[in-house]
Amino acid sequence: MNIIISNANNKPIYEQIFTQIRDQILSGDLPPGQALPSIRALAKDLRVSVITTKRAYEELEKAGYVYTVPAKGSYVAEKNTQLVREAYLTRIEEHLQQILPLADSCGLGEEELVEMLRLLYHDKR
Amino acid sequence: MNAIECLDLTKTYRGFTLDHITFSLPAGCILGLVGENGAGKSTTLNLLMNAISRDGGTVRLLGTDNQSPEFLQTKQDIGVVLDEACLPDAITPTELGRIMSMTYTRWDQPLYESYLKRFGLPRAKRFRSLSRGMRMKLAIAAALSHHARLLLLDEATSGLDPMVREEVLDVFNEFTREEDHSILLSSHIISDLEKICDYIAFLHQGKLILFAEKDRLLEEYAIVKLPPQQLAELDPAAVMGVKEGRYGAEVLVKRAQIPAHFSTEHTRLEDIILFLARQKTRV
Repeated sequence: MNIIISNANNKPIYEQIFTQIRDQILSGDLPPGQALPSIRALAKDLRVSVITTKRAYEELEKAGYVYTVPAKGSYVAEKNTQLVREAYLTRIEEHLQQILPLADSCGLGEEELVEMLRLLYHDKR
Repeated sequence: MNAIECLDLTKTYRGFTLDHITFSLPAGCILGLVGENGAGKSTTLNLLMNAISRDGGTVRLLGTDNQSPEFLQTKQDIGVVLDEACLPDAITPTELGRIMSMTYTRWDQPLYESYLKRFGLPRAKRFRSLSRGMRMKLAIAAALSHHARLLLLDEATSGLDPMVREEVLDVFNEFTREEDHSILLSSHIISDLEKICDYIAFLHQGKLILFAEKDRLLEEYAIVKLPPQQLAELDPAAVMGVKEGRYGAEVLVKRAQIPAHFSTEHTRLEDIILFLARQKTRV
């Protein structure tokens, strides 16, 4: 498992951990049933706060990517196709959201934006 | 369980009051205590160990009231490093080990020797001829060698060169791999605290003006640099502090409440604390 915490990245640290573990679960790098490092060990190895790794694990559990066995630890959950689709939708949304302020700052309107996307979409096909 | 529970702790000296300090530190976490010289950091640490008399308040360390008779036993589980490592001038690290082994029931001589080696401490050199950094390292080695569950460290990293500081911070980080191990670390080197702390407390003129999860602070606040005329575009509720310069202003803002096209700087804990401190002193 690889996790890179970046300071230049403006995302909160727990979110960086969450996204990277999620992406590795989605891509299959972390297979179902795989044990994740303990909250404390991960925090100490990444040199971040225990509170932060705990929060990342809680979010992963809430979203259904991992499950926790009390006193044993956290494991990667079985892949749920609905969940995977949901995750991709979220990621698409995240990317689109980054576009909006950019469009705003150069005065690009809704129509032009949609047109741009449509062109890109058909180009690809 | 909480490693430290401090309630309404108060101490008055002439011209200084440590004013109703209340906080608690969950076990397994590291708390960084920051504050200017004379803010009350050392007074707080001394009161936590019940080393000086108080005017009010209660303290529980590792679940034990520090004024109860049982606290004598609890002290075995607490490692303390004071700002001025106060040891007799003529003592050598080897002799210190012998004395500590008589003081602490769980003194671990091989562990102590491994720290002496790791920190490059000469065993036979007398305390008076050790540098400030060496003295500090000796005190840290001793505090770590009796299997304590709580470390109280007063300015333990100041006076150390950057390489040794990094090493000492690593040791502290390792220490809290055990989930019942906790640390309170006071320092005015905020970047050290940013590296290892879970919680941050800010003492200012005897008052505790901030106690927060470190990563939440970094998440919640950010610094934005902008031309002064753009200041008006910011929601006043989002602005926590402003520093105006000749060519632009630096503003501490709540990240969530500013328009998306404002780009935030990478913000260090030190920036946030300094801004908040300035804010509080003005009020």
